[in-house]
Amino acid sequence: MSYIVKPRFHHPQLQKNDLGYTRRDYEGTLTTLCGGCGHDSISAAIIHAVHEMSLAPHQLAKVSGIGCSSKIPSYFLERSHGFNSVHGRMPSIATGANLANRELYYLGISGDGDTASIGLGQFCHIVRRRINMLYIVANNGTYGLTKGQLSATADLGSKTKSGEESQYDNIDLVSLAIDLGASFVARSFSGDKEQLVPLIQAGLSHRGFALIDVISPCVTFNNTPLSAHGYKNTWENNVVLSEIDFVPMRKEITARYSAGKDKEITLHDGSVIHLHKTGSGYDPGNRENALLHVNEYKKQGRIATGLLYINQDQSDFHELADTVNKPFNRLNEHDLCPGGEVLADINETFM
Amino acid sequence: MKPTDISNPDYFHKVVDCQWACPAHTPVPEYIRLIAEKRYTDAYMINWESNVFPGILGRTCDRPCEPACRRGRVEEQPVAICRLKRVAADYKSDIKERLPSVPKRRNGRHIALVGAGPASLTVARDLLPLGYEITIFDRDAAAGGAMRTQIPRFRLPVEILEEELNYVLHMGVNRRFGTEITSMRELLAEDFDAVFVGTGAPLGKILDLPGLAEAGPNIHTGIEWLANVAFEHIDSIGETVIVLGGGNTAMDCCRSSKRLGGRDVKVVVRSGFDEMKASPWEIEDAMNEDIPILNFCVPRRYLLKGGKLCGMEFEKVRREYDSNGRRQLIPTGEDPLILPCDDVLCAIGQDNAFPWIERDLGIAFDRWELPVLDKTTFQSTHEKVFFGGDAALGPDNIITAVAHGHAAALSIHLLCEGRDVKDRPADLTTLASQKMGIHQWSYDNDISNDVRYIVPHAAKEKTLNDINIEVELGFDEDLGYAETQRCLNCDVQTVFTTKSCIECDACVDICPTDCITFTANGEERDLRQRLLAPAENEEQELYVSDILGTGRIMAKNEDLCLHCGLCAERCPTAAWDMQKYLFNTAKAVNA
Repeated sequence: MSYIVKPRFHHPQLQKNDLGYTRRDYEGTLTTLCGGCGHDSISAAIIHAVHEMSLAPHQLAKVSGIGCSSKIPSYFLERSHGFNSVHGRMPSIATGANLANRELYYLGISGDGDTASIGLGQFCHIVRRRINMLYIVANNGTYGLTKGQLSATADLGSKTKSGEESQYDNIDLVSLAIDLGASFVARSFSGDKEQLVPLIQAGLSHRGFALIDVISPCVTFNNTPLSAHGYKNTWENNVVLSEIDFVPMRKEITARYSAGKDKEITLHDGSVIHLHKTGSGYDPGNRENALLHVNEYKKQGRIATGLLYINQDQSDFHELADTVNKPFNRLNEHDLCPGGEVLADINETFM
Repeated sequence: MKPTDISNPDYFHKVVDCQWACPAHTPVPEYIRLIAEKRYTDAYMINWESNVFPGILGRTCDRPCEPACRRGRVEEQPVAICRLKRVAADYKSDIKERLPSVPKRRNGRHIALVGAGPASLTVARDLLPLGYEITIFDRDAAAGGAMRTQIPRFRLPVEILEEELNYVLHMGVNRRFGTEITSMRELLAEDFDAVFVGTGAPLGKILDLPGLAEAGPNIHTGIEWLANVAFEHIDSIGETVIVLGGGNTAMDCCRSSKRLGGRDVKVVVRSGFDEMKASPWEIEDAMNEDIPILNFCVPRRYLLKGGKLCGMEFEKVRREYDSNGRRQLIPTGEDPLILPCDDVLCAIGQDNAFPWIERDLGIAFDRWELPVLDKTTFQSTHEKVFFGGDAALGPDNIITAVAHGHAAALSIHLLCEGRDVKDRPADLTTLASQKMGIHQWSYDNDISNDVRYIVPHAAKEKTLNDINIEVELGFDEDLGYAETQRCLNCDVQTVFTTKSCIECDACVDICPTDCITFTANGEERDLRQRLLAPAENEEQELYVSDILGTGRIMAKNEDLCLHCGLCAERCPTAAWDMQKYLFNTAKAVNA
């Protein structure tokens, strides 16, 4: 790790967002991860994404479990809310927080161990419950914090740095999430911020459960030529099924993409996703098609990335449970004890 | 773009903005680090070898390095490089042991240096250790040239001046001071192996306006007046003084006047305040001494009373730009400004003058009466005659004269060795990794966020009463140390190895100033706009790698790099390394 504090000097023309903040204002402490860790790029992508969306830091809560991945909330948005939970139990904390205050943006950060091993049960249920959050898995196929054992997302036949070969097929978090009813599922690569940043923005804006499985190479333990989660393999076998641009609410559409050729998806908060045609004719609105494509590429040893599935019509947990709109901490005595007349009205309904 | 050729010695040299901007290319960050370590004598010697007069320059240099300093681009003020140089000079120990030895047995070559200013003394310094016999001529009785005559003592104490002049003079120079050379023909007849002309730009200008004839005795040229003050031929001036001109000479004239009896001293400038040629800090110092500066006033007449100067009349003007963008001064039509005065000092420029060089000696002059020179060798059209300093290319500054002196000394040496003066040795460069541990460097990369420290001044009541009291007190050791910590160590270069890079983006993510981008290659103009943060300062290069594994390139904008080394600390494959680039210009001793 580096011992110096990152100098506060920044590029004088660094853009300020609508709130007057530069990207540097969204940073956290200096990373303590290994140099070259994909997770640092995820931190940087989150900083870019949130800065561009002009979210005030206090509008967002970071939740994480245990692992290299779950350390990274320290390295971005140091002025946001945060909770670093028990191993594999981030979904419980996220669920609770989300129930208590539905006005915040929830950003879950987890890893392949935290999500696909110890936390697999919790993961399945938070997907199923449609909690309105963005859940990012920093997926490197290895347990870096315990010195590089194969994780449950390591592909069959992939080898660790010490030569251990994966005997089992991997748990594919994307397929699992689509199967369990997630309404926004994407896969990306830490090395490709052009793809990752708009996905994070769209995932945060999406109402409902959003998953981004980010291939995030472990440069120390799982970046060999034979590891499926290494930089080289990911660059070479990355198949982009859909490219998106994200246009935040009320922002003018820039001319980065060719109008007419793209499909527009308006999210519930008014932001717009521009879906580029990639030539493959891929339609992320179709669940079966999404599963088919993901599996087909997996068989070829390739990695399907981009926005793989989106469903705008599905209700989230709050709608299904008909929860109160106000955050709990703003409910006053009158809200909680509305008085005898209201009680009488309620009792009336049982008559 | 093509991959950057870092083997070109200019490439990394340009990144060290201060050193690149310095005419003598003094390795600034190197000596600033030594000052931080309290190795003042080592810091002084680095300076002495490069610029010969560190104590003098640490007080009087025009500081071309400071506007160039990268610190001034990442925050408001550059590092106080000049005053740190003074710290090295102020706190050094005895350096005599470290001076180059002069061989007892001479090499049989005899060189004449005309003028004992910074250019000539530099030539002497470079040639004496090689065994040359040196004879210096000066019309004044003491050496120093403009450093002695043009810089008032309250900016440069005479002890400092003499100490540094003596380091050179005591190396064994034949002095022929106090007599003016009146004929180059006669000098050449003395059969020197080479003649170096470093006579400065000694001709001041008098503003010729109606009334000059009668007012004459009270109208002075700035540089002659300053020289007379320096030699104590003049020790007073009238109570009311007008200084004409907006350059550094004007600032020295007005401040000197204030100390020699001038109570009401004004500087009057034709053009605007922002167009004044004087260094900002000299203007500031004059204003701090309550000297008003009047701009946009064009002198029209000397006013007389009883056949004696009593004032001046000025026409008020305003600035306009014509269709070609040229500035013009247009009379405003207001009533003329009448300023009473007892004396006028004209500091409106100075000229070279070579009346003593006969025009039939094969030394060609151009239409501005400047010698025709090769700008690298400083050789004139006469094989044995060289020029340097203000005498060569017109009025400039001390550090430029020193740079000329080094170049001319090298030429003279090559000439005397019977070699081609144009076939010059390569400059001396080294590039060495500073890595000590995984995250440890042999330089202090944890730079200070402090703003520039101000040099303390002596009390005005004291300094205004005695022209010999130095105004600036200089940094003490603590302030000096604090200021060194602002230096970004721009000589510690970020060196990129394309084949080691795995494109993990670690450097991109950590860089505090968004210098690094991995992107598709393109033409420079296009690439500059596609970087993570636009690279709009075209004076600063883009460092471009070869094609990487993904087909992209690495492009680094050198403009705002803090040289903090975080890219190299985060790089898992050591594709980035921090390497110190030490550059020294080749001198006669290297030929």
